[in-house]
Amino acid sequence: MSLQENRPTTRWQRVRDNDIVWSFIHSPGAVFAAAITLFAILACVFAPLIAPFDPFDPAQISLWDGKLPPAWIEGGQPQYLLGTDNQGRDMLSTILYGGRLSIMVGAAAVCLGMVLGVTLGVISGYVGGVTDAIIMRIADVQLTIPGILLAILINGIGRAFLPLELRQEFAVYVVILAIGLTDWPQFARVTRGATLVEANKEYVQAARIIGLPGWLIMLRHILPNTLRPVLVIATIGLALAIIAEATLSFLGQGIPPTTPSLGTLIRVGNDYLFSGLWWITLFPAIALVVLVFAVNLLGDWMRDALNPKLR
Amino acid sequence: MIFFVLKRLAQSVLVMAIVSAVSFSLFNFVGDPVNNMVGQDATREQRIEIRQQLGLDDPILTQYARFLGNALQGDFGLSYRIKRPVDELILERLPATLELVFVSAIIALVVGITLGIYTGIRRSAWTSRIILSVSLVGVSLPTFIIGIALIYVFAVHLRWLPSSGRSGTMEFGWWKTSLLTIDGWRAIILPAITLSLFQLTLILRLVRAEMLEVMQTDFIKFARARGLSERAINFRHALRNTLVPVITIIGLNIGGLIAFSVITETVFQWPGTGLMFIQAVDFVDVPIMAAYLVFVALLFVLINLVVDILYFVVDPRIRLGN
Amino acid sequence: MHYGKMLAVSATALILASPALAENVFRWTSQGDALTMDPHSQNEGPTNAMNGQIYEALVTRDAALTLQPELAESWEAGADGWTFKLRQGVKFHDGADFTAEDVVFSFERAKHEASDFKEQAKSVASVEVIDDYTVKLLTDGANPILPNQLTSIYMIDKGWAEANNVVAPQDFKAKEETYAVRNANGTGPFVLESRAPDEMTVLMRNGDWWGEGMFPGNIDKIEYRPITNAATRVAALLSGEVDFVLDPPLQDLKRIEGSDGLHVTTVAQIRSIFFGMDQGIDKLRTSDAEGNPFKDPKVREAMNLAIDKAAIQRVVMEGLSFPTGMITPPGVLGNTPGNDESYGFDAAKAKALLAEAGYPDGFSVQLDCPNNRYNNDEKICQAAVAMLAKIGVRVSLDAIPKAQHFPKIQKRETDFYMLGWGVPTLDSHYVFSYLLESSGSWNATGYKNDRVDEITAAITTEIDIDKRTMMIDEAWSLVKADMPYVPIHHQVLAWGIADGWDVPIAADDAVRPRFVVKQ
Repeated sequence: MSLQENRPTTRWQRVRDNDIVWSFIHSPGAVFAAAITLFAILACVFAPLIAPFDPFDPAQISLWDGKLPPAWIEGGQPQYLLGTDNQGRDMLSTILYGGRLSIMVGAAAVCLGMVLGVTLGVISGYVGGVTDAIIMRIADVQLTIPGILLAILINGIGRAFLPLELRQEFAVYVVILAIGLTDWPQFARVTRGATLVEANKEYVQAARIIGLPGWLIMLRHILPNTLRPVLVIATIGLALAIIAEATLSFLGQGIPPTTPSLGTLIRVGNDYLFSGLWWITLFPAIALVVLVFAVNLLGDWMRDALNPKLR
Repeated sequence: MIFFVLKRLAQSVLVMAIVSAVSFSLFNFVGDPVNNMVGQDATREQRIEIRQQLGLDDPILTQYARFLGNALQGDFGLSYRIKRPVDELILERLPATLELVFVSAIIALVVGITLGIYTGIRRSAWTSRIILSVSLVGVSLPTFIIGIALIYVFAVHLRWLPSSGRSGTMEFGWWKTSLLTIDGWRAIILPAITLSLFQLTLILRLVRAEMLEVMQTDFIKFARARGLSERAINFRHALRNTLVPVITIIGLNIGGLIAFSVITETVFQWPGTGLMFIQAVDFVDVPIMAAYLVFVALLFVLINLVVDILYFVVDPRIRLGN
Repeated sequence: MHYGKMLAVSATALILASPALAENVFRWTSQGDALTMDPHSQNEGPTNAMNGQIYEALVTRDAALTLQPELAESWEAGADGWTFKLRQGVKFHDGADFTAEDVVFSFERAKHEASDFKEQAKSVASVEVIDDYTVKLLTDGANPILPNQLTSIYMIDKGWAEANNVVAPQDFKAKEETYAVRNANGTGPFVLESRAPDEMTVLMRNGDWWGEGMFPGNIDKIEYRPITNAATRVAALLSGEVDFVLDPPLQDLKRIEGSDGLHVTTVAQIRSIFFGMDQGIDKLRTSDAEGNPFKDPKVREAMNLAIDKAAIQRVVMEGLSFPTGMITPPGVLGNTPGNDESYGFDAAKAKALLAEAGYPDGFSVQLDCPNNRYNNDEKICQAAVAMLAKIGVRVSLDAIPKAQHFPKIQKRETDFYMLGWGVPTLDSHYVFSYLLESSGSWNATGYKNDRVDEITAAITTEIDIDKRTMMIDEAWSLVKADMPYVPIHHQVLAWGIADGWDVPIAADDAVRPRFVVKQ
């Protein structure tokens, strides 16, 4: 870095010399993970454009094409690259749409947890006193119960409260709520810590003296400084949320099979595991594991890169 | 000390109060409880009579008090589906879950700590790198996929071990154990491995990180400067200091195992409390759901209480902080 | 490293030591567990299957489904009821004698308000004791098929029930579990040894059974283990943990058949699968259409033509079904080849019929479907959704457990639903009175044909067999033309069995251990 000390730097150079970016470019695992994650996210987000079929449109499904093996195996058909499931849905399209749903549910849940956690964390750190004590006590208590169990419990209760007719329709939202609600304490803790540090800095003190309202100080000055650790937690949280969703769906408590997520696909495919239709389970399972692995790898790298102490 | 324990106790009571309120509300807001008990053809008069018998027309607080009173005696009523007392059902299935968790905990702790120390000491050996990469894959593998894969390979393909259920049990009073017969061990081994894998990777990584940190501390550097053998440094000094947080690990570990036992029990049809809960959710069998909720909360509150107190005893820094 | 070796060594040691058993243990699994050991409390498949080994009825059916004497040795019809000669020397498991007063008591108990068998026991108005071993079951008017209705009404000991305070079946008002939920005392070939609900039930051979030596079966012990998950159930069979799977998933039959030491037996089942359409109400609950499209016979015909029964048979059912045009299978009095013929598949004609009926763009409707009751029930519904979409009927599928699905039909809260119907009496009257009579308790279609109602009433008392059969034929032909239902197929039963076991399969899906032979 010292080489460029006295030269005028372009914006790109500044970006490149940023220690995080430097660490990223020099960590093949991270680049690989980011590439896979980005690819997966793009493929899923643009699933309607990429996928050869729309598996959610019953008019496009032909039962006679059901249970076909992948294209490279005898009996497979070229238009169904990864074969078809028991209903005659194209596996590739179903996985793309399922992955899309999995990522969307995971991301929505993390967002919910993040918004809730960051808000409560900043308030807790900034206001202090009894508010702080109450919020952090709740967070502590919740942190002692593993997230997946809490998600199963909240989801079970949520489903029980819904009348039967609405259970399928609202299943997705219940799952998001269940996972999101288990996620927030991590965010709250980190944000609170960062807030405590920032709140005592001179510029914040100054802002207070000028008489800026509390919410403005929190929003404009404190929040931006908590973003780094929050980003790390969000990334790792995304992997966990995707697993949680898949687990709920696998247990039959999550996304219904009419609009399957990856977990639902694995559950349905599991019924066909012994009958030789391995592609109905294996491909969604691979998709899920690769997706989660990539996000985890990315999160791991981010934690190390953003926390120099651990390097 | 007493103040600290009292504070934790008060916290535990608060948690239980909240959880019991939630599980009480399950009974009252999930459909009409009367509909769950009578046949389709019950008359209006019958329904009213049952409402009165169950005290459903009393003020909500009276009902809650009654629920609490019953719950304290372990009485959660009859299961809607099996028509048997719920506390009995849970007690019957508790040994299965506890034994599964116990065996998994042993596997996770022994293997996890061993590998953690190894990778901590041999930071740059290629074996360590492989172990670490595999552990990251382990974190990314959902429990149910591991379970399916193990069943496929060891039960269906190789036919070495049973695929599901809990056979070879022996009874000691109300406690049924599967740890005394070969059949029992054959049945428990696959679910226990499945359940332990995730915790194992967590422990491995925690111990390794702890080990790395300890190795950087001054007293290890001094020990090295004194010319002590690597062996002595690793095992007499580093390891001992690494194992202080092991209590937290065990607490974490047991909590996590109980949580994931729900999934493992479903995959392996292991007749424990977790499987019962999932079946209850399917049937909206509210008494079982409510009881399980209270039961799990109680378990966690107890584990955390014990861990906190042990920690307090072991680590003087917390005592000072208070 | 050392640890790894140790683990490997101990693992092999565990694997090598496999259990050695001298007796004939029949290890049996299926999806659900019996809910209770009370023989009158729950009328439900797995519960009846388990209780049927411990308790016995007056008459029973063999694997060919012909009536056989069980606790009654003979019976004959009279104008106001049937006289049954009871088997003498029969003892309950606790040693008490089985006599006429137990028959009186058992019918009273089965007719009790809290009994789930009160519908079946209803035809018996009262029981008259003639002597200790002769009873007369009085009916309201002549009943030509009474013995057919008695095969699942189990006999229970009066003294035992009174001593243990279980005179009535478990009541919904009861706050305590009753003694009969976990304890059983029947006359049957097996005695309840131990029971852990949802885990394992063990039955031991009853050495004092009246039929000892009269039947070929040589089972000494039954171990019943419910396994909910279908794949896990098959895995248990493939890995040799169980000898018998009552309900292997159809897609796994090839795998079972292809495995060493396992085989599959199949038989046409007495159960038909069909969809019901509510033509009775003015406006469908879940549709965007004006009014009720199902009122129009053309729409009902279009629905029938839109379903490709052959595709369902081949892809969903792995060939194990018989596509049909009526809702009752061969083997039941009333099924004829003409009416059994399927309506066929013609999507183009179906679309045209919809247009003629005024729905050129189709309409939307919700299909209610069980997901744990019939062979591949949910998958059939999913296939139907795709097929109906091709003629413009936009179906949203709601697949839920049977415990919640069936009340929807009974309470008539569904527009379009899947139902399956078995016929334990092997007589069409059972189908008419529940599904086709306008007041039938399971007729959620609102179908009302006066002539069908008339025939349903007439055949309950008509003793002239030829005349009765002709009336039944007439009613079925009317139904075939009116199309209140969309018949899909008759189910085929398949059992997965370990070699060395001879388990005679029967169309009613009941295992008959007294005929099960270990070679």
